[in-house]
Amino acid sequence: MTAPAGADALSRYTFPAADCSRIPYGMYRDPDVFELEQERIFRGPIWNYLALEAEIPDPGDYRLIAVGDTPVIVNRARDGSLHALVNRCSHRGAEVQRNLHGNTKVHTCCYHQWSFDLTGKLIGVPFQKGIKGVGGLPADFDKVCHNLQRLRVETMNGAIFGTFCDETPPLEDYLGPVFSHQVRRLFHKPVRVLGYQRQRIFGNWKLYTDNLRDPNHGGLLHMFQITFGIARLSGTGGARVDADGKHNLSWASQGGRTTHEDSAEGGYAGTDRGDMNIKLKDPSLLRYHKEFPDDLTLAVTSLFANAALQQIGNTLAVRQLRPRSADEFEIVSTFFGYEDDDEAMTRHRLRKANLAGPAGLVSMEDGEAVELVHRAIVRDMDKHSIVEFGGRGPVVDQENLISDVPMRGFWIYYCKLMGIRAGETA
Amino acid sequence: MTGTPRGVSPEMHLEVTMLFEEYGRLLDADSLEEWTTLFVPDCRYEIMSRENIEQNLPLSLMLCDSRDMLDDRVYSLREANVFNIHYDCHIIGPVRVTPQGDGWTATAAYSLFQSIQAGETRLFSVGRYHAELRRVDTVLRIVRMRVVVDTGAILTLLATPI
Repeated sequence: MTAPAGADALSRYTFPAADCSRIPYGMYRDPDVFELEQERIFRGPIWNYLALEAEIPDPGDYRLIAVGDTPVIVNRARDGSLHALVNRCSHRGAEVQRNLHGNTKVHTCCYHQWSFDLTGKLIGVPFQKGIKGVGGLPADFDKVCHNLQRLRVETMNGAIFGTFCDETPPLEDYLGPVFSHQVRRLFHKPVRVLGYQRQRIFGNWKLYTDNLRDPNHGGLLHMFQITFGIARLSGTGGARVDADGKHNLSWASQGGRTTHEDSAEGGYAGTDRGDMNIKLKDPSLLRYHKEFPDDLTLAVTSLFANAALQQIGNTLAVRQLRPRSADEFEIVSTFFGYEDDDEAMTRHRLRKANLAGPAGLVSMEDGEAVELVHRAIVRDMDKHSIVEFGGRGPVVDQENLISDVPMRGFWIYYCKLMGIRAGETA
Repeated sequence: MTGTPRGVSPEMHLEVTMLFEEYGRLLDADSLEEWTTLFVPDCRYEIMSRENIEQNLPLSLMLCDSRDMLDDRVYSLREANVFNIHYDCHIIGPVRVTPQGDGWTATAAYSLFQSIQAGETRLFSVGRYHAELRRVDTVLRIVRMRVVVDTGAILTLLATPI
């Protein structure tokens, strides 16, 4: 058996610290690493977030998504069951379904009209037997062997997850108690999709997963909340991780409002962040209607490896990360409210959506930050970035926001799946 | 000639064309504070993806439902937000004007090119403006501007208005 494409790439880089407090730049830039990630991460023993059941409520409903860089159809079959199928015809490899979303009885490839039912079964091959005994496929061609490739699917409260790997543990075990709770918290009642936002970022996808696990940048890069006095890094907040450290919850609670003791004279001394006492003309954008039993006003849950569940005040969304190459990824965010929201609440959520996404007042900076890093690490690939806020060593829950410990948790698990032995010199 | 098939005089057509010119010029000149004065106080400005509109989904990329909110957006860009340093260049196509109630609707296609300091340019966004206009005293103002972006996959980020 030959080694998978890119396997030798790992020997090019060293993680000098076992706690992943140093990350070699090459892990973000090397196309061979990207190839290997497709096999060992996205098709490895993980659950990828696929879609919401609310997006495909009726039999025949489908949507096109991607798992890693593999195009995938998520659909609901006639019996109501959910399926995830690689969107690639078993004949010539064409995309079978070309519409982004819709409702259908079968997926028919336009190239040679091979058709597949909603479980991925090959059901139709035109001219399989030729015409009058001439042409067509050989007699021993067996349709049963040429279904669409299927992912295994599990759902939790209407969130659909899929895995390519037979060894992936049950979804509940994979998420663990903390993150199963986070999924159930956000999807505690039926949701109504409000719309989509897409963002194309020209950097490596792991710079984004790093960013999600770095509460420290929130109050330094995203200055909307700071400038308009909504939050401070010294406010109540922190991070939770699971036993592996692979998932992360960055949270802040309503008590996070603080005085100005930590403003320019305090922790922000030495930055060029100026007046922090500016008022919005229309502060209604900042209003928060409590809707969860806990006090969290910000809860961004990053699930290894392709998803983030987002509660920013009353702005709710799930983000799917779609890597396109070592140098580019897309974030597709599905914003939602709940089926029982009244008109005023829906309007409130739609206005609050200004805070999130590619144009988000508290999030737009992420696109820029990722690209700044990606551009500058083009060379010196065995140099390292530093991950030491909150200390080195074991990855544990953080009771403050001045930390990027969860980032190390991601990398420790990533190394495990990739077969990288961090902390051992080559 | 006193009118077009849509009942809009050439003078009116010219006036709307000039408003769109001014709109694009102020954005390109980074005169965002002046740009917001083209809107009435109870205006609505929103950028929506074609993808959402075609599915009857109400989510915007950017939504300001008053001048105050629009001013806040601009103020935040000036004071708080960090975004890619760029220059905008709006190319706005011919305007189609239709009378509606006591005002007019106007639509036009646009292309928005973004350039960086080092002089590289990319096509950042294409789409259409759908505006509702009203005369306030003697001046034509924007009551509602819906920017429908075909380029729904936003490149990098969307900071400055389209």
